[in-house]
Amino acid sequence: MSKLKYALFTGCTAKQSTPELLSSTLAVADKLGIEIVILEEASCCGASHLQDFDEFLAHVLNARNICYAEKLGLTMITICNTCQLNSAMTKHALDTNPELKAKVNEKLAEVGLEYKGTSEIKHFLYALIEDYGLENIKDKVEVPLSNFNIAPFYGCHNIRPSELHHSSNGGENPYVPTSLDDLIDALEGHPVDYDHKNKCCGFHVELQANHTSEVLSGNAMVDAIDNNADLMVTPCPLCHLKMDTYQDSTGKVVGRDIELPVLHMPQMVALALGCSEKEIGLNFHVQKATQLFDEAR
Amino acid sequence: MSDTRKVTIKAFRFNAETDYLPSYKDYEMEVGKDELILDLLNRIKWEHDGSFSYRRSCRHGICGACGIKVNGKPVLSCKQNAMELLDMFNNELVFEPQSKKRAIKDMIIDKKDFWDKHAAVKPYVEAEVDPHPEHETKQSIEEFNKILDADLCIQCGSCHYACPVVEANEDYFGPAAFVAAYRFSVDTRDNAGIERLEATAERGQGVWDCVKCYECAEACPKEINPIEKITKLHNMQFEQGVAQSNVATRHAEGFVRSIQKHGFLDEADIVVYSEGYLNMHKHIKTAFKMAKAGKIHFTDALPWVDNVPKSKNLDEIQKLIEISMTNKL
Repeated sequence: MSKLKYALFTGCTAKQSTPELLSSTLAVADKLGIEIVILEEASCCGASHLQDFDEFLAHVLNARNICYAEKLGLTMITICNTCQLNSAMTKHALDTNPELKAKVNEKLAEVGLEYKGTSEIKHFLYALIEDYGLENIKDKVEVPLSNFNIAPFYGCHNIRPSELHHSSNGGENPYVPTSLDDLIDALEGHPVDYDHKNKCCGFHVELQANHTSEVLSGNAMVDAIDNNADLMVTPCPLCHLKMDTYQDSTGKVVGRDIELPVLHMPQMVALALGCSEKEIGLNFHVQKATQLFDEAR
Repeated sequence: MSDTRKVTIKAFRFNAETDYLPSYKDYEMEVGKDELILDLLNRIKWEHDGSFSYRRSCRHGICGACGIKVNGKPVLSCKQNAMELLDMFNNELVFEPQSKKRAIKDMIIDKKDFWDKHAAVKPYVEAEVDPHPEHETKQSIEEFNKILDADLCIQCGSCHYACPVVEANEDYFGPAAFVAAYRFSVDTRDNAGIERLEATAERGQGVWDCVKCYECAEACPKEINPIEKITKLHNMQFEQGVAQSNVATRHAEGFVRSIQKHGFLDEADIVVYSEGYLNMHKHIKTAFKMAKAGKIHFTDALPWVDNVPKSKNLDEIQKLIEISMTNKL
């Protein structure tokens, strides 16, 4: 296999409140011999909220991010579902609407950039599965995750709208997603089957509609717990933040005790590949997760 | 490969007048490759149990009566090929009404909440029309194009009952009502645009409670993409000066403030800016837990401390915001 090389769009959370996401991503890439160039020029994707305020501006900023991946001639990978969706939406809008593309490029020209549409945009989860391959990952497992029942939580923005994602997520079916289950399998963990694996965590209305947010994340976590999950794993740091940080208050809203470690997808892979405790960064979780490092062994 | 497949279909059975709890019954049948879900509903009734109830009418994807959920996926029975779903769900199909808690009999639900919310956004052109007009009120191609595909909605309820917010918050209008609100607010013959936008700007019922899950986009059998219209309504509220300054609107606009300063989002600032200092007490417990885990630092919220990482070439980002921003709060 020729060496894989990607431009990494880190997004905001991996640089701030979830440093463990960035360190585990880089550790996994290093273990697997995947070369990563961090797009230090990139800005925030708008997280759907900038889009609510000013959709055109959001397209301009996302197009600028993509320009830097294009300059390197690399596929842009994301480690956040919402970064993935918003970048892919801009790419789709510009690639299918020449008039909009021209308008955006008119702005980009002012800072000496041009959006061409030459770079693919893919979440790291699908880069691992589609490009690196599950069989190859399996060969590298040093610490099989066979001690754990792991609940995959897919996160909306990698799987819906399916039409937008199909070219970059291996045609994942939003009603029967399998990628995370397959990855857990490859790492020799036990995937937990539960109804809420493809549902919404409520993160995006955490501030403005807190009750709704708590109900959605609570339903999902309780469903995972009732199906004997020891931990949950998600490819999205926003799902992670919602589900890891607010377990106390969420539990009160849905009337249940919730104690469930929630791992980032790269943390789970890093754990199985035998990366160091520091790289996996379980200490950065609000819901205690550091014990998993020893429990896996 | 044979053109037919022998399968067992599980159907939700419930009669609100006589049953305390619903049950699921199995129906075995040979399914042909061209059969629709509606054909299978008919066959349950005609070949197995005459009391099985569901709505159906046009059989052409126009009336919107026959929406149900199959294995949780919203479908319009008369448009959905059965074999496609058998492939998708490993030959095990479960028929359920769009909303189990609203079930009246089997697949039939009480859609009152849907119709009330749809009506609340005035889903019609409101205009004073001369009873004896001299000429027609014509629409140009450009004017018509602005409506996008929002006019294709058949009010089947697929998106409405796929929306998790509709389930969690009974005031929320839901995606179908927002599509209608958008469709009539951009109609140049209409005079109720501001009133409609104000209704969609109201917290609780309006677009600000949307969780961005895209279930509606996935559910729509007419491929309307309701959340695209929800985003447009958000933008229109700012464009037309309807947006009030509140935690939701500041949360959207606050992104510009952060990106201008850092390129990235300032995670502490967006909370402080959206909520206002006076409401920060709500977040102290969370902030404390996050600080303990090393996710944030107490100095993050202080206006004179800047811990936020900066994008390289930040000047480009600032310039692009300056020349591309179209809206104001």
